[in-house]
Amino acid sequence: MQLLMFYLLGLGAVVAALIMVTNKRPVRAAMSLIATMSFLAGLYVLLDAHLIAALQLIVYAGAIMVLFLFVIMLLNIEEKEGRLAGSALLWQMIAIAVVGLVFVLMVSVVKLSDNVVPLGEAAALFGTTRAVGKMLFTEYLLPFEIASVLLLAAIVGAVILAKRRIDDSDQ
Amino acid sequence: MVSLNSYLILGAMLFSIGAVGVFTQRNALIIYMCIELMLNAVNLTLVAFSRFLNNLDGHVFVFMIMTVAAAEAAVGLSIIISLFRNKPTVNVDDINLSKG
Repeated sequence: MQLLMFYLLGLGAVVAALIMVTNKRPVRAAMSLIATMSFLAGLYVLLDAHLIAALQLIVYAGAIMVLFLFVIMLLNIEEKEGRLAGSALLWQMIAIAVVGLVFVLMVSVVKLSDNVVPLGEAAALFGTTRAVGKMLFTEYLLPFEIASVLLLAAIVGAVILAKRRIDDSDQ
Repeated sequence: MVSLNSYLILGAMLFSIGAVGVFTQRNALIIYMCIELMLNAVNLTLVAFSRFLNNLDGHVFVFMIMTVAAAEAAVGLSIIISLFRNKPTVNVDDINLSKG
């Protein structure tokens, strides 16, 4: 049952990701990415990561992708089918080949290593909000606080970057 | 039972698909989405290792990566918006103001 779920969710994630990267339309790409993230949330549930699965849906599929869709709708980009020049296309092919090599390398490293860690029973509170929250507020308190500073900096940066300059309208 | 290797290979596949997208897409918004996909692939490997080693540290890492991804998306999208104001395009080939 778990194996079947893994294959279904994994296949869904890969297919949605492929639809995303082969697409020229930003809205379709965003929708496929939301699908990928939802499938990944299912995989997180399979891995007993309940808090992370919920966060994946709320923060990634909910907040971040809605922000993307807002920007896509706001900019109202006209679609332009541009073919690449010869040398750019060549470099693109080389880049894809290098990525393929890196993929083969990653898979062979995984395949060569013995699978020494068998799947044990998860601890009673594994992956729950209580267990992860306890770690966040004790062992990882400093990184947690620094993350809040990072978010504040991001808010300020986003507002400064995206706001219309006041002196622009005067000219 | 699903082995750790299956999860790692799935993560590698998603990461490679994201990397191919970064190289082939010319739309800045879709390139950002591909970067998000690569971050998600790393999250999957972290959660898988965390489960198989029965250690919750990986979940905290994923939490931090989500924070960074949210910050990156907010700042990146506002950069795209302010670029779009100067020049109405999101094609990365046309955005070459800092090219020497």
